[in-house]
Amino acid sequence: MSLKDIISPFNVWKRAAQKPWTIKDPLNDRPGADNYRGFHKNDFDKCVGCGTCEDICQNAAIDLVPVQTVETDMSDSGLRPKIDYGRCCWCALCVDVCPTGSLTMSNDYTWVTDDPEEYRFIPGADKMKWDDCEKGYKRAENFQLIDFDRIKMNELGVEERSSSFIEMVKGYSKEQAIEEAERCLECGICVARCPAHMDIPEYIKAIREDDIELAVQILYKTNPFSASCGRICTHHCEDVCSLAHNGEPIAIRWLKRYILDQVSPEEISKILKDIIQTNNKKIAIIGAGPGGLSAAYYLRLLGYEIEIFESNEKGGGMLRYGIPEYRLPYDQLDKDIDYIVSLGVKINYNTKISEEAKFNEIYNSHDALFISPGLWNSIPVNITGEELPNVISGIDLLNKVTNKEEIDLGSKVAVIGGGNSAMDAARTAKRLGADVEIYYRRRIEDMPADVEEIEEAQDENVKFFPQTTPLEIKKDGSGLKFIWGNNKMIYEEGKRPKPVLIKGETFETNLDTFIIAIGQNADLSFLPTEIRDNIETKWGKVVVNELGQTSVEKVFSGGDASNSKADAVSAIADGHKAAVGIDRYLNK
Amino acid sequence: MSRISKNKYDNFKADRSKFPQMENGKAIIDLDSHKFTKLWQGPQHPGVTGNMAVELTISGDEIVQAKTHVGYLHRGFEKLLERRKYIQCFTIVCRICVPEPDTNEYCYSTAVEELAGIEIPEKAKWIRTLNMEMSRLASFLMWLGGQAGSLGMGAIGQWTVGMRDFWLDLFEEMTGGRIYHMYMIPGGVRKDLPEGFIMRAKHLVVETRKLLFDIEKSFFNNAIIKSRLKCLGIITPEMVDEYGIVGPNARASGKEYDVRMNNPYLKYPELDIKMITSMGGDAFTRAEVRYQEIHQTLDLISQILDKIPEKGEIQAKIPNVVNWKIPTGETYVKAESTRGEHGFYVVSDGTKYPRRVYNRGASYTQAISVLEKLAVNTSISDLAGLMVSLHTCPPEIER
Ligand SMILES: Cc1cc2nc3c(=O)[nH]c(=O)nc-3n(C[C@H](O)[C@H](O)[C@H](O)COP(=O)(O)OP(=O)(O)OC[C@H]3O[C@@H](n4cnc5c(N)ncnc54)[C@H](O)[C@@H]3O)c2cc1C
Ligand code: SF4
Ligand code: SF4
Repeated sequence: MSLKDIISPFNVWKRAAQKPWTIKDPLNDRPGADNYRGFHKNDFDKCVGCGTCEDICQNAAIDLVPVQTVETDMSDSGLRPKIDYGRCCWCALCVDVCPTGSLTMSNDYTWVTDDPEEYRFIPGADKMKWDDCEKGYKRAENFQLIDFDRIKMNELGVEERSSSFIEMVKGYSKEQAIEEAERCLECGICVARCPAHMDIPEYIKAIREDDIELAVQILYKTNPFSASCGRICTHHCEDVCSLAHNGEPIAIRWLKRYILDQVSPEEISKILKDIIQTNNKKIAIIGAGPGGLSAAYYLRLLGYEIEIFESNEKGGGMLRYGIPEYRLPYDQLDKDIDYIVSLGVKINYNTKISEEAKFNEIYNSHDALFISPGLWNSIPVNITGEELPNVISGIDLLNKVTNKEEIDLGSKVAVIGGGNSAMDAARTAKRLGADVEIYYRRRIEDMPADVEEIEEAQDENVKFFPQTTPLEIKKDGSGLKFIWGNNKMIYEEGKRPKPVLIKGETFETNLDTFIIAIGQNADLSFLPTEIRDNIETKWGKVVVNELGQTSVEKVFSGGDASNSKADAVSAIADGHKAAVGIDRYLNK
Repeated sequence: MSRISKNKYDNFKADRSKFPQMENGKAIIDLDSHKFTKLWQGPQHPGVTGNMAVELTISGDEIVQAKTHVGYLHRGFEKLLERRKYIQCFTIVCRICVPEPDTNEYCYSTAVEELAGIEIPEKAKWIRTLNMEMSRLASFLMWLGGQAGSLGMGAIGQWTVGMRDFWLDLFEEMTGGRIYHMYMIPGGVRKDLPEGFIMRAKHLVVETRKLLFDIEKSFFNNAIIKSRLKCLGIITPEMVDEYGIVGPNARASGKEYDVRMNNPYLKYPELDIKMITSMGGDAFTRAEVRYQEIHQTLDLISQILDKIPEKGEIQAKIPNVVNWKIPTGETYVKAESTRGEHGFYVVSDGTKYPRRVYNRGASYTQAISVLEKLAVNTSISDLAGLMVSLHTCPPEIER
């Protein structure tokens, strides 16, 4: 021990004179770091009440609760997270997994209250002193705990597909499907949005767990057309997917298709084991489209004897005669239809109901009727020359292709319209070898067609002429001459931009064929006058109640002829709904 | 720092005449003889590192037998982890050890990454290395204050805990939290370093060195401290392997073992780092080894701050954590904590939940069997100092 060791410790006094490190004033907050995990905030405009935060919180500190200011709708559960600060450990896992990015944390960290109840609060609904605090923990952009990127779908190359009717989309492999299914957060917002309310998270879970049998069973509970819908559904469920807010939605449609791709028609029967106990009541259905056939399926399961009247040679309605084969191959549609038929559903093909007597006979010999005649009358554009021979409708063209009829479109074709039917007609014409142009009166972004349909058409070299209106068609040698006007857009707040012709701005094109695809309406002429007079219609559609019943008690209706959505899954949902309605009506 | 003197523990022989007789390896303590008194130190005692208790049998003020009791802090973490998804565990593992949570975060995340076959990006590795050294520093500073405090020198504790707080400020900036950082997460780290962080960290390194300089003068060159720590709790080289002693406790008894160098991980192979050992084996030598390691850590932090790439990803691509299943397998990941080798053994059965997570820190032996041996013959007033000199952490024992 040296003398140094005795003197040296007195060094401690050196620091006694220094400015203290502690904060003197406890009332003046020391702000948290910019990135501090302080108290929660929730941006209600972004939050959709998906509940992922609730799911991930390992402390069960979050409960999703209804909030007065938030309304439940198709894309929002209406619930919001309530946080219990008696349980929370401020890990911010909830913030990191929040798919919409609505949940964040402020950098505020002091809060004194004498009411312990207050520590259970709803960020965003309950006014908090840190609500306007900009700083605090947010998920970093280069950091993600949920997977925002969809598994890419294998598709035919542009070259190959623009010249053939081979199915464009190849489908997922097992590995791809499972990987895609793993992205699902199981929030179930899609279920509300799906017109058929399919149990989407459950069948996605079944894919994840590689339980195809269960998946098939889940699908058939709400949709007997999954092989078809898995290909052509309008997939509005994907629009509301909580992952879509900051990334790509789950490929719900492709996953549905994947399930049906895994099973042969025979396996479907084995898996479903549907047993029919006939109840001897008879239902007639007019139209073997998805609406009519899904009603048939669910009614048959309830024991009814079903007889369908269909004017075409085959079933499927517009799925067969409208949608081109490169999107929905016929054998896939047959897979769906065959199973329904295998349950003992009788279909009279080539039987168009057009005479009163026939309808009355059906009406009188059955306990109830379901009509789902679809939209088969093409809407005209009403201009001079529309009656010329090379002017056809989009569905005419698509019908002919399905029926394998001889078609000569010439080399230059124009399609007018901006919906999916117009895209189908244009892309079909392209595959028949023509140069195709699409004319539409509004802008491309206003087109009602799916964005992917528009992009695919563009990829296939279909040219777009937006903001144009056809004025006149003239005969020009063997072809047609067209006079078009240019439109300008008039914008009004809260309304769709309106196209208005610019005076004097016209141009001419020469064409071989002109295809009109601006929409269809229902042909209800098969209904006897007596019924037609009694059946309520609105905008040309048959009005039904929540169980699909029309104002004529015994007649139920659904599908395109009744609903405004005019897509396959809505028709399927209508068929299911009417089946329940008919069953209730007959068992009153 | 001067070379550490070799302790003459060979010459140190205890007078065992007052001690109870041994029979079959057990001491026969006849309390009725009034020669012995039972005394409990802890579980609530400021001199005890964490919530554990030492049941002492004393004769006068000399400890003749020590029995450790743990269980006051059992939170069942390992079991809890089996019921949580892999990602949910990362918020819990840090809680295993309060003063040095990051080693747990690192080991757990790395174990999951190994099982899942994930390689984290370079930048994330650098940040993790920085995080590990900062956490070592914070833990050592806390120990240093504790060591001085346990011998009655409160000023040092105020300084080091104050300085540690500045480091916690940096942690707060970097991770969003001060104590439980919850920052190293399977797949990488949660955020990049904030702007200006490197500058501020470099500045703090300088400040910390200044403080260490004062501490060296007042604590290490201190007659009282020396008289109390020298020859206290001697760990002989033979004991090291016999008891499974690791970390500075082992290195102060000549054992050349430091996971950072023996089984390099993260970015340690790219850093200039040398093993620090000594031969003394007593509490003072251990303090000196740790003191040198604090300097080493500051040096490593400086090196990392210079080398850390400015740009780069901070996270490897991982699947949606809600449904993350880890392939069947098992792995053991270890790292050097301030107490020595710290390891996680993780078993997965192919589901979303770990089948088993087993954690072992150095405290397990050091706070139980080693302490029971070393406490004998010391005076009760030195027990706290002895415990701190082993730098044990009871939370680590009770997972
Ligand atoms: C070109 C085109 C593309 C489309 N693309 C898609 C798409 O991608 N996704 C999507 O979801 N939907 C799409 N649709 C819409 C979809 O095809 C329809 O919503 C769906 O087929 C409607 O089903 P439904 O049963 O109501 O009518 P339909 O499918 O039209 O079926 C009605 C059936 O009734 C028969 N019928 C009508 N009148 C009589 C009568 N008097 N006697 C006997 N039988 C009769 C018809 O022959 C027909 O088979 C598309 C439609 C078209 C035209
Ligand atoms: S995860 Fe986000 S969007 Fe979903 S309920 Fe919670 S806060 Fe709302
Ligand atoms: S911060 Fe962590 S503990 Fe708190 S509510 Fe969010 S997930 Fe739960």
